[in-house]
Amino acid sequence: MPRKPLYGLMAEFSTPEELVQAAHRTHEEGYRKFDAFSPIPIEELHHAMHLKDSPLPKFVITAGILGCLGMFGFLYWISAIDYPLNVGGRPLYSWPSFIPVTYEITVLSAGLTTVASLLLLCGFPMPYHPVFNVPRFKLASRDKFFLCIEAEDPKFDLQRTKEFLASLRPYEVSEVEI
Amino acid sequence: MSATEAMRPYLDKIQTRGLLAGIVGLIACGVGFMVDHDQFWRSYLLGYVYWFCLAVGSLGLLMLHHMVGGQWGVAIRRGLEAGTRTIPLMFVLLLPMLFLGSHSLYEWTHAEVVAKDPVLQHKSVYLNLPGVIARAVVYFAIWILLATLLNKYSQEQETAGYWAVRPKLQKVSAPGIVLYGLAVTFAVVDWVMSLEPHWFSTVYGAMFLVGQGLVTFAFMIVLMRHLTDQEPLKDQDKVNNFHDLGTLMFAFTMLWAYISFSQFLIIWSANLPEEITWYIRRLNGGWGYMAAALLIFHFIVPFLLLLQRRVKRKKAWVGMVAAWMLVMRLVDLAWVILPAFSHSEGQMPQPHLNLHWLNLAAPVAIGGIWIWYFMMQLKKRSLEPLQVS
Repeated sequence: MPRKPLYGLMAEFSTPEELVQAAHRTHEEGYRKFDAFSPIPIEELHHAMHLKDSPLPKFVITAGILGCLGMFGFLYWISAIDYPLNVGGRPLYSWPSFIPVTYEITVLSAGLTTVASLLLLCGFPMPYHPVFNVPRFKLASRDKFFLCIEAEDPKFDLQRTKEFLASLRPYEVSEVEI
Repeated sequence: MSATEAMRPYLDKIQTRGLLAGIVGLIACGVGFMVDHDQFWRSYLLGYVYWFCLAVGSLGLLMLHHMVGGQWGVAIRRGLEAGTRTIPLMFVLLLPMLFLGSHSLYEWTHAEVVAKDPVLQHKSVYLNLPGVIARAVVYFAIWILLATLLNKYSQEQETAGYWAVRPKLQKVSAPGIVLYGLAVTFAVVDWVMSLEPHWFSTVYGAMFLVGQGLVTFAFMIVLMRHLTDQEPLKDQDKVNNFHDLGTLMFAFTMLWAYISFSQFLIIWSANLPEEITWYIRRLNGGWGYMAAALLIFHFIVPFLLLLQRRVKRKKAWVGMVAAWMLVMRLVDLAWVILPAFSHSEGQMPQPHLNLHWLNLAAPVAIGGIWIWYFMMQLKKRSLEPLQVS
């Protein structure tokens, strides 16, 4: 029976420090297609993996500016052009009364964009991912830390990568089936 | 040699400079007092309120830190504690203003004005000089008591251990922060809001509380920025601390805009004669430019700068924004306080922008003395932050 194709190799660690160290070494070794999994946010991991900064802030600021200008313009159009209404003898363009709604819509559009683009950038919706084929991987949301080198990496070689991961002193190294 | 000992020459240098600025400012104020008696007390009030906000704001942030914790508070704790120990100085500086200057400042101290004004007659039950002085004693008793307790327990903490004394600090801080907020609210109503005794605003106290938090964060960031440049405290130069403090200053900048605007929106919407005059005086005759400058330089510019992560994570940049906020706080207080004096009487007040040079000399004089006293307090205790273990 031919072997099933592999998604990659996964190493399990017990502490965040070990994971950061392992990610650092993996990048040093020349691997580029690998990912780390942790139950808690680890700031150093970002640097150890040499990840690029997320484009999320740019989306959020754009949405915020658009929401702000859009709502202010909309209120101006309603109050001064489409349905001019004299309220207490004030000018039709009374900007102070526009501010609360403009502010709320700015925050709302920035907030919704944050959630939506976060989910999209993370690749959701994703009903299936091979890493869950490793039985102990469920501990990644509890108290264990994982590092997975993908088979697609040009440097990937089953035997040599296995030896490299073993040299990082993990709890165990497992093959991840697709 | 401890870091505190090694820092001493540097702190001495700042202290001497503070004293020099204080003396030069005082001489200028003395000349100003001869030239224009009334203007001197008005400028004195501006300078006093500015530095008062820094001294008492330290107490507020210190109690906030004891309640919620956080590394940001550990980093600036020595500065905050030294700030709380300057509150007695602020009490001393208040006395001449209330005893000698009140006639130049407060309309309600003029018996002939009150006699003609039914509103002021009704308010005189609360708004009278013995009452204001007695209440000031109560406010300062509250602040000084809280500051003394917090400093005493903090010193205990160094020998008895962090966790052993922490509950005590929290037990003082929880009721203390409520008392502090009430006392500040009543104090600014007595000393500042009563400059225009017909006018009232319920958000006034909150405006000053937020302003205090903001000016104190800004001052502590500037202080930390310079102290961590010195050799013995170099290892305290932590990016995360400046990031956290920058974020908090950002939050207070937004809160300042939120509260200031909500007061304006409510009064502008209602447009009632007894309320709107406050804004007519502050938006016309030149003061309007100052209001626009506040909107741009006290809110929009720092907002856009502090919104960026990279600004908050660079000590030099966040320190620059903080120094800028220290200036803008004075401009904001000037805009709140000074228009009360520069308008002609009548149904429609005719305001005119009047920026006397004393308005700069008095804050410098009081500030110099305050810095001198603050540095004296800062040197008294260890500068190394407390070890949490």
